[in-house]
Amino acid sequence: MVPLSWYLILSAGLFSIGLFGVLTRRNAVAILLGVELMLNSVNVNLAAFWRYGDVTQMAGQVFAIIVFAVAAAEVAVGLALVISVYRKRNTVIADDIDLMKW
Amino acid sequence: MTTETLIWLIPLPPILAFFLIVLFTNKSKALSHTIGVGAAALSWLASMVVFFRAIGVEHLGEHPFESSLNWLPTGDTFLKIGVLIDPVGAAVLFFVSITIFMIFLYSVGYHNFGQPKGDHDVAGLPPHGATVEEHGRKHVVPSIEPMYSRFFAFLGLFAFGMYTLVVSDNLLTLFVGWEIMGLCSYLLIGFWYGKPSARNAAIKAFMTTRVGDVFMLLGIAFLYWATGTLSFREIFTEETLHILGTTMTPIFGLSAAGLIALLLFIGTVGKSAQWPLHVWLPDAMEGPTPVSAMIHAATMVSAGVYAVIRMFPLLTTDFNGHELTTAMSVVAFIGAFTALFAATIAVAQNDIKRVLAYSTISQLGFMIAALGIGAYVAAVFHLITHAFFKALLFLGSGSVIHGMEHGVLHTGNHETDPQNMFNMGGLRNKMPITFWTFLIGGFALSGFPILTAGFWSKDEILADAFGHGHMAVFITLAVAAFMTAFYTMRQITLTFLGEPRTKEAEHAQETPWTMTAPLVVLAFFAVTYGWVGIPEHFPLFGGLVPNWFHEFVGGTLAEHPEALEFNVVPLLTSLFVALGGLFFGWLAYRNVQTPAEDKFQIPVLKNKWYFDEAYDFLFVKPAYWFSETFVSAWMDKGVIDGILHTFGKVTQFLGDIIRNYFDLPVINRFFGDGTADATQWVGRNLRPIQTGRVQQYFMLALVIFIVVGAALYYLLLA
Repeated sequence: MVPLSWYLILSAGLFSIGLFGVLTRRNAVAILLGVELMLNSVNVNLAAFWRYGDVTQMAGQVFAIIVFAVAAAEVAVGLALVISVYRKRNTVIADDIDLMKW
Repeated sequence: MTTETLIWLIPLPPILAFFLIVLFTNKSKALSHTIGVGAAALSWLASMVVFFRAIGVEHLGEHPFESSLNWLPTGDTFLKIGVLIDPVGAAVLFFVSITIFMIFLYSVGYHNFGQPKGDHDVAGLPPHGATVEEHGRKHVVPSIEPMYSRFFAFLGLFAFGMYTLVVSDNLLTLFVGWEIMGLCSYLLIGFWYGKPSARNAAIKAFMTTRVGDVFMLLGIAFLYWATGTLSFREIFTEETLHILGTTMTPIFGLSAAGLIALLLFIGTVGKSAQWPLHVWLPDAMEGPTPVSAMIHAATMVSAGVYAVIRMFPLLTTDFNGHELTTAMSVVAFIGAFTALFAATIAVAQNDIKRVLAYSTISQLGFMIAALGIGAYVAAVFHLITHAFFKALLFLGSGSVIHGMEHGVLHTGNHETDPQNMFNMGGLRNKMPITFWTFLIGGFALSGFPILTAGFWSKDEILADAFGHGHMAVFITLAVAAFMTAFYTMRQITLTFLGEPRTKEAEHAQETPWTMTAPLVVLAFFAVTYGWVGIPEHFPLFGGLVPNWFHEFVGGTLAEHPEALEFNVVPLLTSLFVALGGLFFGWLAYRNVQTPAEDKFQIPVLKNKWYFDEAYDFLFVKPAYWFSETFVSAWMDKGVIDGILHTFGKVTQFLGDIIRNYFDLPVINRFFGDGTADATQWVGRNLRPIQTGRVQQYFMLALVIFIVVGAALYYLLLA
């Protein structure tokens, strides 16, 4: 059986890629993609810990499902915002959307 | 109802009337005088019932009507409040209630009830008259007093004070009534407060009587300290009097009894206007005439004599019947001196009311002198007859003035003084009722033989003085009595006899029935009251009527005074002074037309022996000087203000320091401005990191998360 650490390494890698994407991509849609990656890496963690822990406890799976729901909602709102901004300002570049400052 | 309950109730109607009028009915003049006169009538009725029950009791002196209850707790004992009607109380109650009732009734007419409102009358000034149109002709009639209701309220309070004083069984409530009357005399003398003279007279009366009252209070305090009670019946027991009589005081070698009696007597000197505190009474004539009658005949001045009568056992402690004690000599001297002294002034006065004022002082002197020589019954007798005929004379003079004012309104010449006797003359035909009653009152005052009450009472005083060998007092009083008859006849001659000297006197008119009816009632008593006290051994008349008064009033004292042996000398003296005075008075003034023809307008008498000027120089001016120079300029403005200003300066100095060295730098600059500056600085410097770029925020959050996470990790876990 694959050891737990492998899952954790996978999960960490996914998280780092997502984080990197969030910090470096200029396109707002790509930033959202990064966020999704980070969320899913967490799901991998949750599933892995459940499987290697006490399988009679369902907490890990339930949390994963909640994270799915949250991720779906987040993407729905996030994309709607991006589309709305695009319609108003004709851009999806995050650095250009900087009206909220001093 | 028991007699005791009834006595408790006697003073109540007037005080209730006072409150009712002041609080509720003062807008309605008719209602106010109805309440006032009604209250006086009720009190009169109750007094009459009490009086007639009292004369029906055998040995009332030993077993008087009395009732008392605890009032003020003083440690283990109580100051008691109570009522007492013994023979003297009953006799005094009799005349007080009648005169008060008559004066209330008279006031209705005197203040022109039923007349229209004045054209330009203002509160605080006597009414000036109103113009009315009748049959197409305008003419001026008397107008109603603007403060009509207030007058009856004050009279009610005054009557309450007098009744309280008469029925009380102890010195404390007597003093309370005494002071209530002092207040009311102030209010009533200053009733027309718009006149400066009335204001000054009110203040003078109040201040002068205050001098006496302070000593009286001292006397009461001394008495309470010495005996532990203020109740008459408890003080006048043989043991208490003996103790008081044998305790010596360091003052003039007087016994405690003598000193207390003298202190209380000084109160009387103020209240009854005896020399040297007599100066307020003539000025008090500024008040309305019913007030003059009330204060100077029926109530207040009588209250002074009544207090001495009450204190008689104290005054005469150690008196063996012949040698006067020191206290008694002082009382006798002041009384006799005042009697003569005031009579001399009365001769030279031209104001009809002022003559009566000095005459009152003089007659009160008779009573005081009588008490001083131990003639108890004679003093009470004269007090009562005097109250009747002097109230009659005052009300009569008010009626005369009223009639003269009518003449003044008719001619419209307001220069004529309606009170000056030289403006009168011939009024007997214009005002017959007033004339005849005034004549009766004047003859009673002079002591016209046999008929009038004044003769019997004055004769008794003279007989007493002669019979007990007090020749100095006898001669002084005889001379005073002669002058009394003289100035009374002068007054009657100038006012009523001869021909009118002015147009105003020609148009004088008789006054309404509310004024004349009291005159008639009082005239009745001024004649008949004397008959209750005719000495038994008097030639011709003695024994026709029993000497009821002597028996009754004499019963008040523990040792009933014996009736005097009849002596012809005082009788002849009385006859001579009364008839001689009247005759010479008529002779001297029947043809006098102007003050210049009056031989007795001697400056020293006219100016009342310069007592006002002397008091002004001795007391008033120094008092002004003291208050202006010492109290105001030095004490108030110098010392007190100086201290206060120093406080002010020190406080201001401290305030400046705190402000400049603490408030401004620390609170304002450091905490106030400093906090604001720091916040602003922090804000300004943090501003650049708010870029609006979401990724930079995220980066910052990540850095902080890592730093805080690392810190927590090392601090908590490692």
